[in-house]
Amino acid sequence: MTLAPPLLEVRELSANYGRVMALKPVSLTVAEGELVTVLGPNGAGKTTMLRAITRLVNAKGQVLFKGQDVSRLATHELATRGIIMVQEGRGLFAQMSIRENLVLGAYTLGNAGQESERRLAEVFTLFPRLKERVDQIAGSLSGGEQQMLAVGRALMAGPKLLMLDEPSLGLAPKVAANILETLGELNRRGLGILLVEQKAPLALKLARRAYVITLGRIAAELQANEIKSHHDLAKYYLH
Amino acid sequence: MTLPSTISTSAPRWRLTPIQIAGALAGVALLAIVFVNGGYFVTVIGFAAIYGIFCTGLNFFMGYTGQASFGQNAFAALGGYGTAILCAGQGWQPIVALPATMVISGLIAVVIGYPTLRLRGHYLAMATFALGLITYELSIEWIDLTQGYMGYAGIPPLGIGKYELTGDRQQLVVLVIVLLLGVWIANRLRNSRFGRALRAIAGSEAAANALGIDIARYKLAAFVVAAVYASVAGSLFAHFIGFISPEVFGLSMVTLSFTMLYLGGIGTIWGPIIGAVIVSMLPEAFRGLKELQDIAYAAVLILILIFFPKGLAALPGMLWRRRNESKAEGAP
Repeated sequence: MTLAPPLLEVRELSANYGRVMALKPVSLTVAEGELVTVLGPNGAGKTTMLRAITRLVNAKGQVLFKGQDVSRLATHELATRGIIMVQEGRGLFAQMSIRENLVLGAYTLGNAGQESERRLAEVFTLFPRLKERVDQIAGSLSGGEQQMLAVGRALMAGPKLLMLDEPSLGLAPKVAANILETLGELNRRGLGILLVEQKAPLALKLARRAYVITLGRIAAELQANEIKSHHDLAKYYLH
Repeated sequence: MTLPSTISTSAPRWRLTPIQIAGALAGVALLAIVFVNGGYFVTVIGFAAIYGIFCTGLNFFMGYTGQASFGQNAFAALGGYGTAILCAGQGWQPIVALPATMVISGLIAVVIGYPTLRLRGHYLAMATFALGLITYELSIEWIDLTQGYMGYAGIPPLGIGKYELTGDRQQLVVLVIVLLLGVWIANRLRNSRFGRALRAIAGSEAAANALGIDIARYKLAAFVVAAVYASVAGSLFAHFIGFISPEVFGLSMVTLSFTMLYLGGIGTIWGPIIGAVIVSMLPEAFRGLKELQDIAYAAVLILILIFFPKGLAALPGMLWRRRNESKAEGAP
């Protein structure tokens, strides 16, 4: 009996900004239906790692998705395979309405109207606030609503792997907790998630495993509940 | 988990506000006055219609896709000189030459756009500016083909077979029909999946890319669409006036079209037409001021841009919102 390959496998992935090596060769995996979190201080290389996986920056190394090498694919081709990223700062189309943003999320579907409607209904079930304001311009929403829209738009794309870059950034604690709780719910339904997050206590509640990145390299990989036993990490990330 | 949803992915139905209806009626009234009176104003509104077509294409690339191009005049020159060479030089029928020049311009746009559109921001603007300058120089120096500074004369008016539109009024009708057809096509494209992808690129290239939109392909497509519109405008100019020279498609075309686009409302459907009509008519309206004409013209342009930074096309929406707000405040 052969084991199924991981949903995502990153092997020795590195990226440079000019002469600066922002990401030294890193390797990580995300299994099917697993929620993995990546922790680390500002400037550690977390965002670069996500951007390298999705080819938004030039990178060396290998990325395997469901056992297939996708290292040579362009960003938009990765999206058609089901690798969807919610970027830091949300990347919303500020001049468009909630509806238009969500419709664009389902871009890879083509003109499959019924499937698009079905996904829209699912997003509105998760985030009823978006349904109430469906024709409001995205740029006029509160930070929390914008983050809901960013996650909702990513879900419209029908992701097999959802990668999020600090979704709680700039949000009130309660709003951030709600967003992360929704991610937990999506994971319980079987969605693989790679979560880069500053609010470590919240992320560690949801995650099965955690990677710690410092200075562009992975400093530790551990089960989420193990972090308490690592005195230095617990001191840094749990307080 | 799927719940029935009363909200659809399609956009809400488009409704005309009274102010928009008034604007449309004003446009029809203007055309009627020009048509009845004839004369020089037919030429002025004819120019406005041609520039309206040019700016509608430019709006596609700059307004919807959020890219900069200072070189669309190159494609207008291709259309104009293509028409002159094919119709006056080779004796082609205008009805055949027009689509031929559109195809040629589109193909050249693909060849030029493919490497050029890898650039962004100021670099793209400079590269397209260079494209316009190179075309201008070619139209001067390649005398065997373009007749240089002397210009190309004897271009026949639009027509089919032996039937030619010799009258100004007849030509104006055709120009307005082509303009409205161009706006209709642009509006259909804007609201299609293709148009939504372009507007996503204008909003955030990285986000659009991450959602599966092939940025390079769509930018190139928008560039080609804009080039084809510019080519049509150049061809129609050649047929309308019967003569072209390098100056027609020079730098003044770039500055004039930018003024029209921003004054009318970049990124809006009707903005290019409103801008083209206003910018074409203002100098005529101030003709009586003699040496102060240019100053008055510039002052009005500046005032419009200060008070309506989103362009005149945004004015109806602004007034309508204000009316609704004051209604809401007055409600018990």
